[in-house]
Amino acid sequence: MPSLKDLKNRIASVKATQKITKAMKMVAAAKLRRAQEAAEAARPYSQRMSAVLSNIAQAVGADDSAPRLMTGNGRDQTHLLVVCTAERGLCGGFNSQIARFARDHVRKLLADGKTVKIICVGKKGFDILRREFASLIIDRVDLREVKKIGFENADLIGKKIIGLFEKGEFDVCTLFYSEFKSVISQVPTALQLVPAAVSTDAAAETGAAAIYEYEPDAGEILSDLIPRNISVQVFRALLENVAGEMGAKMSAMDNATRNAGEMINKLTLSYNRQRQAQITKELIEIISGAEAL
Amino acid sequence: MADFNFELVSPERLLLSERVSEVVIPATEGEMTVMANHAPTMTTIKPGIVSVKAADGKTTRYVVFGGFADILPTGCTLLAESAVPVGELSRDVIAKRIEIARAELENTSADEQKTSIEQFIASMTALNGIVVAA
Repeated sequence: MPSLKDLKNRIASVKATQKITKAMKMVAAAKLRRAQEAAEAARPYSQRMSAVLSNIAQAVGADDSAPRLMTGNGRDQTHLLVVCTAERGLCGGFNSQIARFARDHVRKLLADGKTVKIICVGKKGFDILRREFASLIIDRVDLREVKKIGFENADLIGKKIIGLFEKGEFDVCTLFYSEFKSVISQVPTALQLVPAAVSTDAAAETGAAAIYEYEPDAGEILSDLIPRNISVQVFRALLENVAGEMGAKMSAMDNATRNAGEMINKLTLSYNRQRQAQITKELIEIISGAEAL
Repeated sequence: MADFNFELVSPERLLLSERVSEVVIPATEGEMTVMANHAPTMTTIKPGIVSVKAADGKTTRYVVFGGFADILPTGCTLLAESAVPVGELSRDVIAKRIEIARAELENTSADEQKTSIEQFIASMTALNGIVVAA
């Protein structure tokens, strides 16, 4: 049985922890709002981009003039996995969810006899994946210094991917990130970047069967667009990730605050009970002492 | 005069979406003015100035760094890699971009890439002149 003083100390320390988690929750909530706004603001661009892309892709067709970044190089032996996670922990299962998803993917690819290369974006994913696939990780991108993710950050990663492809370092590239569904739900998602998975449905929907004039010709625009598209997809993934991280952190910290509250209640109860027991004990001692006289 | 919907979008946000009467965009193969009922065109853009004439006759100018434009009879969407109102751009930004491009130029060996980077530098330098004059 812990003494009264021990209990008092524990209550004080749990209270301090609760204050911290509460503050973290509020910070996460504020950041979440900003991240959500950023993700929303970026949406028009990526939407237009994919609409235009599918439009041109239809126009160019699958002939040889299409850039290889879009059609792929016909093989699928070497896979490049770009795993985007957060830089910080304390956000529930957010990071491990993505990492686990990627890990399952890697295992499957390895079992199929494919070669796998990994680029880690974010420290946490790197920490988790390093345990099992240290030899497969070829690069990592550190965004710890970055306060607000801008397009340049994504562009850098995009250029890296394109550079590797041009050197023939990989055949298929897949992006792993967490899709922000809502504050309480983030879904790990795999998105194939190379060869680009261009949906031709989008064009049909917008009724953009309009015959476009291309300046310069469609093939050239396409080869300009595809690398851009990769950067845009990475950018979108990063933004979704930030929003997801903040959402996960908010609910994790909310849970922690609630748990701390429960713990304080329990501790206070046993503190009071013990104090009462001590008082009773002292009274009995006095009374029995008086009776003995 | 007939007006149409013009949107200027950068990856970070939607910069502008309004009814305009004409827009001058720096297309790769020369500047072009877009007005209502333009033939559907898709074009890439070089770094330069986009001049937007709103429906009420007011003109605003933006500096864009590459991108592409999607022109339809009913509207025009400009997807810029990054875009800033002319007044907010300082020379340092341009100088920095030129510097980065120069470094890239030294690192590449492919002729095709070299030409495109050289073109980029040329249009950036031109841009520098315009911004300083403004």
